[in-house]
Amino acid sequence: MRALTWHGKHDVRMETVPDPEIINPRDAVIRITSTAICGSDLHIYDSFIPTMKPGDILGHEFMGEVVDVGRSSTLQKGQRVVVPFVIACGSCFHCGQQQFSACDNSNPADKADISEIAYGYPASGLFGYSHMTGGYAGGQAEYVRVPFSDIGPIVVPDGLEDEKVLFLSDILPTGWMAAENCEITPGDTVAVWGCGPVGLFAIQSAMIMGAHRVIAIDHYPRRLELARAMGAEVINFQDVKVREALMEMTGGIGPDACIDAVGMESHGFTLDNNVDKLKTATRLGTDRPHVFREVLMACRKGGRVSIPGVYGGVGDKIPIGAMMQKGLQIRTGQTHVQRYLQPLLEMIGEGKIDTTFLISHRMALEDAPAGYKMFKEEQNETTKVVLKPDWAAGAAA
Amino acid sequence: MTTENQASRSDAPLTAQVDQHDLAKETADILGWDDAAVFGRSVTVNKPRHEVYAFWRDFQNFPSFMENVRSVTIADSGLSHWIVEAPGGQTVEWDSVLTEDAPGDLIAWSSVEGADIKNVGRIEFKDAAPGRGTVVTATIAYDPPGGRLGILLAKLFQNEPKLQARRDLRRFKQFMETGEVATARTHLDNGERGQ
Repeated sequence: MRALTWHGKHDVRMETVPDPEIINPRDAVIRITSTAICGSDLHIYDSFIPTMKPGDILGHEFMGEVVDVGRSSTLQKGQRVVVPFVIACGSCFHCGQQQFSACDNSNPADKADISEIAYGYPASGLFGYSHMTGGYAGGQAEYVRVPFSDIGPIVVPDGLEDEKVLFLSDILPTGWMAAENCEITPGDTVAVWGCGPVGLFAIQSAMIMGAHRVIAIDHYPRRLELARAMGAEVINFQDVKVREALMEMTGGIGPDACIDAVGMESHGFTLDNNVDKLKTATRLGTDRPHVFREVLMACRKGGRVSIPGVYGGVGDKIPIGAMMQKGLQIRTGQTHVQRYLQPLLEMIGEGKIDTTFLISHRMALEDAPAGYKMFKEEQNETTKVVLKPDWAAGAAA
Repeated sequence: MTTENQASRSDAPLTAQVDQHDLAKETADILGWDDAAVFGRSVTVNKPRHEVYAFWRDFQNFPSFMENVRSVTIADSGLSHWIVEAPGGQTVEWDSVLTEDAPGDLIAWSSVEGADIKNVGRIEFKDAAPGRGTVVTATIAYDPPGGRLGILLAKLFQNEPKLQARRDLRRFKQFMETGEVATARTHLDNGERGQ
């Protein structure tokens, strides 16, 4: 089959690799019909994610048709499914608590050492996201092997086309959980840093959950326009001091909840971020937590901080005093995707949630390397790239 | 082991004490070995205690989750014969005798005379908090051998003596809880059959 493989910084290639097969009883093999490039794939593209190996197949937002099943899978050949990016067993203590992204059993034993050393306990398996999270082949390919297929994939009705449901795999539940972690109550103002796909879905989710106001922060005009179209007020951090603006816009109180939908590769044009840039470039640091710092300073006393943005290593100069003295509550984590699939699918079916507005580019899987380059270099125009394995190279929409 | 070691001042197992050199030396003295490497680790398995014990008590299950164990067979004498893969396509073998067996609570074994690697082990089973399954604690000691297999075994254990057992315990938990051992492989080896 054809698949998008990683070979180094800004070096991804289409290659021919062996087709996946059923290995374990609960496996399924999916023929992929739609697959997307995620903002977090750019962290890999930029070589910010450790434990990648040349030839690894990327991609963790995908859907398709079941073409083969193991003897313990509950799926049937021919079903259309969306597959969560988190691989979860459904039987361990954490899965029992619906903490699917903390699954104890989905990271292969020989890969789990890395995150046990880095984080104290092993991480769960994820598709196409380095060997620290299992080294699983991803879904920017014609086919993919899906472990624990009786737990993750959700069968979608034929009436809902791919583009309406594809983002159930990651960014829609990630935006939803980001808003849920804000524990929004009537009258709340929610500030969202980063108007990429997760930030935009977090805005949409916060509105549905009854936020009084949402304030969106970014520096790409196109993305701020999308945020405004959803009813958010906007701050362009290129023109405006963010904390001062938020304080004034909230009558001196500050936002009740703050969402960091940016993560480790912050763009802030500030001294702290430039120092972080130098440190990560010279391997003296791993992450650029500028947004996290700003969030801790900007959030109101006793407010809630939600971090869907990806961080991977260690950060310094975190205003830990502000966090403690203001009594902030902090909630974060990889998304427990399986928890949200059914309710979000229902809201999509009822027309309460629209995900298609986000897609700026549709192209052939064969052209995925160009898609990565565009998503990286033209972030203003490129809000979301969807890849189609069955399109001929060069086809685009 | 005496009561004067560091860990006894805390409610922590000996294998967590800061000075592991003392622990190794003490263990070697007790067992009458030249040297000892000691490993201890607990894992919580989300299954009832009797079920977890029963699976472990059947030594012939070991190859399903112990990556380097090629086979464990039970002889009429009651001894179990272990064949374990070593680097370079070679194998090491030994016979083990069950030294303690308290159903549902404890299994302990010791290798007998003539083992390629002298080893002792003890697996304890305790109820976790209500509804949370069983805590399995493995404590294993072996004599890092010299002699005939010295070089080979140094390769096998020198880098990270705890590594294989740590991974085997993870696979044990996976197998017990999910019925399979997690793998990122995407295709089968020649002659292998899928499920």
